[in-house]
Amino acid sequence: MTPDPPIVSPGFVGRRRAGSATLPPGQYLTEDFPVLSAGPTPTIRLDDWKFALTTESGDVRTWSWSEFRALPSVSITTDIHCVTRWSKLGTVWEGVSLDTLLEGIPATASFAMAESYGGYTTNLPLADLRDGKAWIAFRYGGEDLAPEHGGPARLLVPHLYLWKSAKWIRGITLMRKDRPGFWESLGYNNYGDPWREQRYWGD
Amino acid sequence: MAGTTVLGRLAWYVATVVEGRQETRTARTLVLNVPSWPGHDAGQHVDVRLRAADGYTAVRSYSIANAAQNERVELTVEELADGEVSLYLVRTIAPGDPLEIRGPVGGWFVWRPAFIEPVQLVAGGSGIVPLMAMIRTRAAAGLQTPFRLLYSVRTPENIIYAAELQRRESEGQGLTIAYAFTRATPAGWPRPPARIDAAFLSEAALPAGEDPACYICGPTGFVESAAALLEQAGYDPKRIKTERFGPTGGIS
Repeated sequence: MTPDPPIVSPGFVGRRRAGSATLPPGQYLTEDFPVLSAGPTPTIRLDDWKFALTTESGDVRTWSWSEFRALPSVSITTDIHCVTRWSKLGTVWEGVSLDTLLEGIPATASFAMAESYGGYTTNLPLADLRDGKAWIAFRYGGEDLAPEHGGPARLLVPHLYLWKSAKWIRGITLMRKDRPGFWESLGYNNYGDPWREQRYWGD
Repeated sequence: MAGTTVLGRLAWYVATVVEGRQETRTARTLVLNVPSWPGHDAGQHVDVRLRAADGYTAVRSYSIANAAQNERVELTVEELADGEVSLYLVRTIAPGDPLEIRGPVGGWFVWRPAFIEPVQLVAGGSGIVPLMAMIRTRAAAGLQTPFRLLYSVRTPENIIYAAELQRRESEGQGLTIAYAFTRATPAGWPRPPARIDAAFLSEAALPAGEDPACYICGPTGFVESAAALLEQAGYDPKRIKTERFGPTGGIS
């Protein structure tokens, strides 16, 4: 990966940033960057919003917005890491744990596909959605989640690169076999662990 | 890895700067020679890695500006006020210097010569770069696929590729261009400085009825607004592809 000897950029000094020890490799805290997003921001009325959990045998459990909001929610403070190399520390969210949504649902599947309004999909191992590692978030920084940030509700799986945290989520389908989602079919890593810098295929 | 597809690893390449071309006061094109470069699609980007003498590295992504042509890759970089990498690429790196790049990255925001439908391009500032790659790829393939470019810039001096765009439009090969100046216009310009709005779109964009493929690239706020305007004007949201450049304050 790194040529031997490494290629030095003549005249490049760079600016080391404080606090970089808390960042995954190759991430930085601020600056401009290209953001991954595929299309327009969908507009979703809360009256029309619904979240569907589909098991590997095809059983579907759905929640309307009011049913979803009646579920117990938790406050989450977490660092987030985008594959386009920015990281944001200590972000504060409110959401419903996937453990709550998956409770009582018979699942022997090992994989899940998150599906969004607008057609976006992203795949994850089901284990990454369990045990307090994933939420359906509806508030960010004390405010209702803005549409451009995935509102009314988005998946939040902060231990993986942020493209796994599907914006505008409308459902999760459990799968016995893994298959790639949207970006995973287009060159991005199937798993996306920022600490192992799994950005692209083969990382 | 899923399925049976053999997924290739994205390689790092050691490029050499062949030429630096100042496009505007703040934007510069680097022409790179990249041995073994596999080629790219219009709209794709690369990661650029800089390394200081003590081993410190910084990596950023930049859109590719040129049509695929052997081992040649062109990047156009707009300098940012505090841009650790962009300032080096615009002001410091010189012909003959090495530059590490990885790519090509991205398979969604792309245009290929085989796409036959009309194309509506919408650029904000340096968001023109991947769209220029599409314009150049279409021209290199000798095609006349209808292309309409709406290009929002602060002032006439901020137009990147101004002379080339004018030349390509005047060739009459189906490329037409409309500018929206947001801070200052050329003398006698009919529209006062303003952002792209619904009235401008209805006047300047390919009609929604032609069902064009739309590509929007620019700062996050620009892309949000342009995509919403297109959707409200009846363009099919499934045919609107976006690429955003934005501040880190956003949450993706």
